[in-house]
Amino acid sequence: MPVADLEFPRSSMFERLAKPKPMLILFAIMWVPLTLYVMFGLDDVVLLPAIPATIALYFICLWAFRESTVALVGLSLVFFWLIMAVSAPYLPLLDPNKPIAPFATPWTEKKETFFVLGSDFKGRDLLSRMIWGCQRVLIWGVSATAVAYVVGTVFGLIAGYLSGWWDEVISFISNVFLSFPVMVLFIVVLNYLGPSGFNIVIAVTFASAPAIMRIVRGLTLDIKTRDYVFAAQTRGEHPLYIMLVELLPNVRGPLIVDACLRLGYTTVAITTLTFLGLGLQPPDPDWGLMIRESARVAMLWKFSYMLLVPALSVSSLILGFNLLADGLREISLRD
Amino acid sequence: MDEVTPVLECRDLCISYKTRAGEIPAVIDFNLKLMPNESHGIVGESGCGKSTVALAIMQYLGANGYVKSGQILFNGHDMTAMSQEELRKLRGSQIAMVYQEPMASLNPAMKISDQLAEVPMFHDGTNEADAKMKALQMLEKVKLPDPSRIMNSYPHQISGGQQQRVVIAMALLSNPKLLLLDEPTTALDVTVEAGIVELIRDVAIEFNTSLIFISHNLGLILETCDRLTVMYSGQAVEIGDIGDVFDTMRHPYTRGLFNSIPLPGADKKSKPLLPIRGQLPLPHERPTGCYFGPRCDFFEEGRCDQELVELEEMAEGKNHFARCLKSREIDWAAEQATVIGRDAVLPGEVVLDIKDLQKHYRVERGGLFLFGAEASTVKANEGISFHAREAETVAIVGESGCGKSTFAKVLMGLEDATSGNIQFGDIELGSLTVQDRKADTISKLQMVFQNPFDTLNPSHTIGHQISRVIRKFGVEKEPAKVEARVMELLDIVKLPRDFAKRRPRQLSGGQKQRVGIARAFAGNPSMVIADEPVSALDVSVQAAVTELLMDIQRDHRTTLLFISHDLSVVRYLADHIVVMYLGQIMEQGRTDEIFSPPYHPYTEALLSAVPVADTSIEKRKIVLQGELPSSLNPPKGCPFSTRCQYKIDGLCDMEVPPVRTVSMDVDRLRGHQILCHLSEETLNNMLPVFRSKGSSDKEEGQLEPAE
Repeated sequence: MPVADLEFPRSSMFERLAKPKPMLILFAIMWVPLTLYVMFGLDDVVLLPAIPATIALYFICLWAFRESTVALVGLSLVFFWLIMAVSAPYLPLLDPNKPIAPFATPWTEKKETFFVLGSDFKGRDLLSRMIWGCQRVLIWGVSATAVAYVVGTVFGLIAGYLSGWWDEVISFISNVFLSFPVMVLFIVVLNYLGPSGFNIVIAVTFASAPAIMRIVRGLTLDIKTRDYVFAAQTRGEHPLYIMLVELLPNVRGPLIVDACLRLGYTTVAITTLTFLGLGLQPPDPDWGLMIRESARVAMLWKFSYMLLVPALSVSSLILGFNLLADGLREISLRD
Repeated sequence: MDEVTPVLECRDLCISYKTRAGEIPAVIDFNLKLMPNESHGIVGESGCGKSTVALAIMQYLGANGYVKSGQILFNGHDMTAMSQEELRKLRGSQIAMVYQEPMASLNPAMKISDQLAEVPMFHDGTNEADAKMKALQMLEKVKLPDPSRIMNSYPHQISGGQQQRVVIAMALLSNPKLLLLDEPTTALDVTVEAGIVELIRDVAIEFNTSLIFISHNLGLILETCDRLTVMYSGQAVEIGDIGDVFDTMRHPYTRGLFNSIPLPGADKKSKPLLPIRGQLPLPHERPTGCYFGPRCDFFEEGRCDQELVELEEMAEGKNHFARCLKSREIDWAAEQATVIGRDAVLPGEVVLDIKDLQKHYRVERGGLFLFGAEASTVKANEGISFHAREAETVAIVGESGCGKSTFAKVLMGLEDATSGNIQFGDIELGSLTVQDRKADTISKLQMVFQNPFDTLNPSHTIGHQISRVIRKFGVEKEPAKVEARVMELLDIVKLPRDFAKRRPRQLSGGQKQRVGIARAFAGNPSMVIADEPVSALDVSVQAAVTELLMDIQRDHRTTLLFISHDLSVVRYLADHIVVMYLGQIMEQGRTDEIFSPPYHPYTEALLSAVPVADTSIEKRKIVLQGELPSSLNPPKGCPFSTRCQYKIDGLCDMEVPPVRTVSMDVDRLRGHQILCHLSEETLNNMLPVFRSKGSSDKEEGQLEPAE
């Protein structure tokens, strides 16, 4: 768990990004349609504005992170999958759920169809399934992490700033959750609630929020002794104002790096859960499902591509998140 | 006849740092010659390169710093050409260094005895038993009480002053030829500092060691050194014997430094401090020609801004150098820029009246869960009574742990008083915490904080932070008027208006402190508590901020409650002084009453501990023994009895002393009060701490304090 980031210096990372506001707007144009599309099954049209927004955001981020090669590599990996996710309906791809010709090896033609990455045992196109599959991992992974962060930050601020009984109770509950092995916690929660995307969000929140709460609590305990917090207290500000306006903006720097790392963990977790059959249900294309479905067939060396395609996709996305985290840390430490 | 090899010689030393922005020259053309048994002071403000020089001498410049040109000769050998192995043998045995933060120089996981024994074991190959013997002897020599107990302690178990003595002992264990001290007392209290300074002076004589003493405090340099280098922006601007530099300074910057520290002669009405205008240029923004040019009163266009100025010898054979083209033309004897004396401000009605204020904390320790916990009481404030009038400056003086910050917290309503009254105007504040106070009460009582780097929220712009206060206190409501008020406040604290859009990290320490002052005055307060507002700032900036605070105070007739440990600043600006020790008031009175006898024995020690940068003043040395007692377990009688040199056995340590009123105010509201068992006669017979040199007569020699 990345608790070591507590020592992180509070830096001006946000200020150093070219222009935070346009970036946030672009992110919203990219993210909202994608979420609506994946979670609520809206029409393809909603994704149209997201494609240019994603590409524009990519180039802005490249410029903002130009100081760190590591960050650029990570950024490119993550944005490769983001661009794939938003443009999937408009790419000249085969239907990911339609069985055409089974057991076609990569770069071969079978039944008048050319399979770039081959087809699986049901005859569905792997390239198409790989690209469609990234939508789910990204959306559910990011949503779950975001919800975990909101919950963890709120409780962390309360525990750190109000201290006393609040701290005792919140810390005790979070310690109880932290004492479970993460996988056991996932399995218990999902078995109880039943497998679905929203329940994955809940499971990830239960598993991640306590650790996030601990980080935020630690940062808050440090920051609340600063004179500007005293100044706010002595002018009679409400504790809510102090937490949201005086404390929250100053804990976000270290949290951004942690969030990138945690996105990687969440991606692993979601893929594992779907592999175990506890996450998203077939037949929708999903990387975890793809691995699960082809696991038995892929024991044969000849068909190992069925396993390698989704497995490498997951690895590249996680690698992207981790490299991005390293790069962000590198950039902020330079100040 | 230059036959003795200097212990250390720096020849045309240039040191640079490589950064992303390119190469930054940190030290330029630095020359230093240190003879055996000589102590040399390096003085300058932060960022002037004095620590870089020390690190270069140790060859510890780090990954991106390097000696660009020039030589560092140690006993005639060039250190820049030595291998790492040779340097390792020199460091710690021939050259030793003492750093600012004693806790950071000691390994917290090792016992003192093991850390000290390492030195002789490594450098002289002594066996462990002998090394420990040596260490024990050395601890005695640095005058640590009960050395055998300290040998068996871990660093966190001893106080900061004791830690620094251990660090000095460690440095001396190998009998170094050269001892480097980088601000060794900055982290310590004044009375502890006085002890360390005395130790350093004794040690230099006893061990035949040459010293380099780096400090920002001219007074400390005067007390410890023979020669002095004044540095500014990477250059040595003036080098000479202490006497020459202090009495016949020949560089405008040196003079600026002396004018901006409150020497005993300074007075806020007739002879105010003269800050140096502007601020230190960043290393890559140094002007051409003389680096001090833009801030200098004698700057001559076309002459001072042409090429780098060389060091020039001032008088034949006197070894006094200055880096100024005009040093021979300036009339140094003339008074600098006549300042209009200010009218004395007449204090008005009593604004704040504190009667017998107490603040106790319950401390619970030990015990599993809630059972068996042992509760004890810390008396952070005990029997505090004083009052403050409109437009008056009341100073609360004391060392760390004396309860002055707790007092500020109670006053601001962050804590409630255990008992006693705080009458502020017609409101009783003692039991009202800030949540229960009305907005207008809160806005009438505001605070300026100590640390400029903490006082502003790094995430919000200056304008946002000031306007929040204005809206919170309901001074203005409409956005346009709020904005106008922000601009007005920026004008008052003499900052450019476009600073409203800046973020704190784009501001220097002094500028941040100005914003902090603007924020405190945004709600038109009638009283401002300033908690060491200038102690973290550089000397030249300190003067400017102090003057600003006093200007605003005078214009608004604000009462200023000034909390400080620095008696020289307090003497300069306060009307009434309250001296605190372990939560109690030891002495209070008008400034002149505090600074002349009769003294409380603690005040006497405190005064004596203040380093004074004036060669014409002689100080009586009183060095306090022992350490500040723990507030969990304070002495039974007089809190000061454990360290007092006048202690009467069986009385002072048993009974709480009475409050003696030495003299009354004109209007009989308060007077000069001393909390002490000593008889009036003993108190009256005390000699003044400060006296002019050459005079022995008490009446004549007594220095007239600020009136």
